[in-house]
Amino acid sequence: MTEANVAAKAGLFDNIRGSGAWHKLLAFSGLLALLVVFSLASPNFLQTQNIIAILQATSVNGVLAIAATLVIITGGIDLSVGTLMTFCAVITGVVLTYLGWPLPFGILAALLTGMLSGFISGFTIAKLKVPPFIATLGMMLILKGLSLVVSGTKPIYFNNTPGFSQISLGSVVGNVIPGLPIPNGVLILFVVAILISFVLGKTALGRYTFALGSNEEAVRLSGVNVDRWKIAVYALAGSVCGVAGLLIASRLNSAQPALGQGYELDAIAAVVIGGTSLSGGRGTVLGTLIGALIISVLANGLRILSVAQEWQTVVTGCIIILAVYADILRRRKL
Amino acid sequence: MFSRRTLIGATAALALLATTGAASAQEYDIALISKGFQHQFWQAVKAGADKAAAEFNAKVTFEGPDTEAQVDRQMDMLSAALARKPSAIGFAALDSQAATPLLQQAKDAGIPVIAFDSGVDSDIPLTTATTDNVAAAALAADKMAELIGGAGKVAVVAHDQTSRTGIDRVNGFVDRIKANYPNIEVVSVQYGGGDQLASTEITKSILLANPDLKGIFGANEGSALGVVNGKKELNSNVVVIGYDSGAAQKAAIMDGTMAGAITQNPVGIGYETVKAAIAALKGETLPKVIDTGFFYYDKTNMDAPEIAAVLYD
Repeated sequence: MTEANVAAKAGLFDNIRGSGAWHKLLAFSGLLALLVVFSLASPNFLQTQNIIAILQATSVNGVLAIAATLVIITGGIDLSVGTLMTFCAVITGVVLTYLGWPLPFGILAALLTGMLSGFISGFTIAKLKVPPFIATLGMMLILKGLSLVVSGTKPIYFNNTPGFSQISLGSVVGNVIPGLPIPNGVLILFVVAILISFVLGKTALGRYTFALGSNEEAVRLSGVNVDRWKIAVYALAGSVCGVAGLLIASRLNSAQPALGQGYELDAIAAVVIGGTSLSGGRGTVLGTLIGALIISVLANGLRILSVAQEWQTVVTGCIIILAVYADILRRRKL
Repeated sequence: MFSRRTLIGATAALALLATTGAASAQEYDIALISKGFQHQFWQAVKAGADKAAAEFNAKVTFEGPDTEAQVDRQMDMLSAALARKPSAIGFAALDSQAATPLLQQAKDAGIPVIAFDSGVDSDIPLTTATTDNVAAAALAADKMAELIGGAGKVAVVAHDQTSRTGIDRVNGFVDRIKANYPNIEVVSVQYGGGDQLASTEITKSILLANPDLKGIFGANEGSALGVVNGKKELNSNVVVIGYDSGAAQKAAIMDGTMAGAITQNPVGIGYETVKAAIAALKGETLPKVIDTGFFYYDKTNMDAPEIAAVLYD
């Protein structure tokens, strides 16, 4: 729906018109089906506390997946989202714990670190013409190493900043509506989702994000400064990773420097289940959000039912393939 | 359209049906959240837990993150386990601080918590089933002294300088040498992250720097295998003592490249954890720490029943 508007406004490519709606419906039905099945299978599943645990488990992966969505819509890929998240968390730890600065500086540091790293990735890809897979693979390793270097390979704890854990674990909603203690981390996920949906649907940056993924050459030939927009998308995705860094550090009350590698794959899985095409030009934040929820509902539900861990992994893999296959079936029909 | 839309749900439903059918009515439901899962060591812990489960007619689940860095994943596993409302929880914390709110939740819900392996910095767990790593590494030092004739230079290749096991094993070894063997000098303690290849390179540099080195202690499985590789690549005669087991380490002991190794009792860790949980549920009081034991093994006693039972491939 939103992309339909975008396409109409951009007036560039008709093939992206009306894309996400059907897939969102499919992903959403999948999510509902999972919820129903798990609720029937275990009385412990549909409890407020457990639903909150699921949402909380989604918050970090959801935010990372939103960052990945931005880049994937341009036809690129970002393998550095996980370790960038960690690096942002470590920088926040340095600012708050080592330097002892007030909380807002820590938050700003995470966002700026993310943006700077995204800018570097974007620059490497747009200006130096290094393929996105390689450029972000390099960044993934650089950031992983830097996290260990900067932190001295030890977790940095936030014990001197008492308010810090409230970013993820506090509950503004719970203060207003007692009995609904939705953690702030979940709220932040939704805020990020709404903001990025707005950027994609209503701004020039959003229009160019889709246009780049659909036909970069055509955009270039119509006189647009493609490189500039591409760098902007990566920088925006980077600052979204900064938000994820704050969320995870706040949740663990520490910046864990060895964390992060592997998280990019979960993020990409959420994006793909949510119907965003890896070849670019098509995708929605709402779809990604549903994709991330499907992953956490599945993990949580299978655990509640005491399914052996090795089988949990197998089931998750099947769901990813099924979700994408269903999408292919749909497009063949169009 | 309908069939395609419900494809995902249907598959999940099938998977669930298959598993829920298997869950029968056992008296106790115990959830173990470990630090790892697919590693042989953790699988041996799981085997011990399963053994106790069969013995005491309990249902035991065992989960752990892919790597020991994934603290948040471990939290998700712990919350899901809590939501299941188990009778007891066994927990090996990757980061004690991060787990505190959830452990408090368990305590408030009246679910007893048993710590295992490395323990939890908190007074919530009723007991900790673990190896005394300091004493185990000291035993390695004694064996090393015996093998090199009580004099000469030795070195340590360890996995890391921050984790409890890393610190305890290095200190246990080095302190025992200093205290009891004045003629032995520890010339180098280096860290290879438990990575075989990194530990190989470290070993080679130690050997090249100290041609008269008598022995090296590899403080975990990856480190020990690295030491063996380094020794082989340089055709050195240095005495190697390892830690834990695994097929490669056992083979090195059989062919003589490694003199012997310390083994923890991972099977015992799993077994004692479940046993302690059930004792707690029955209202019995538990000791603060349950020492799950360790052994030194070499070519001569590898096949002895009490050793073979705790070694893993």
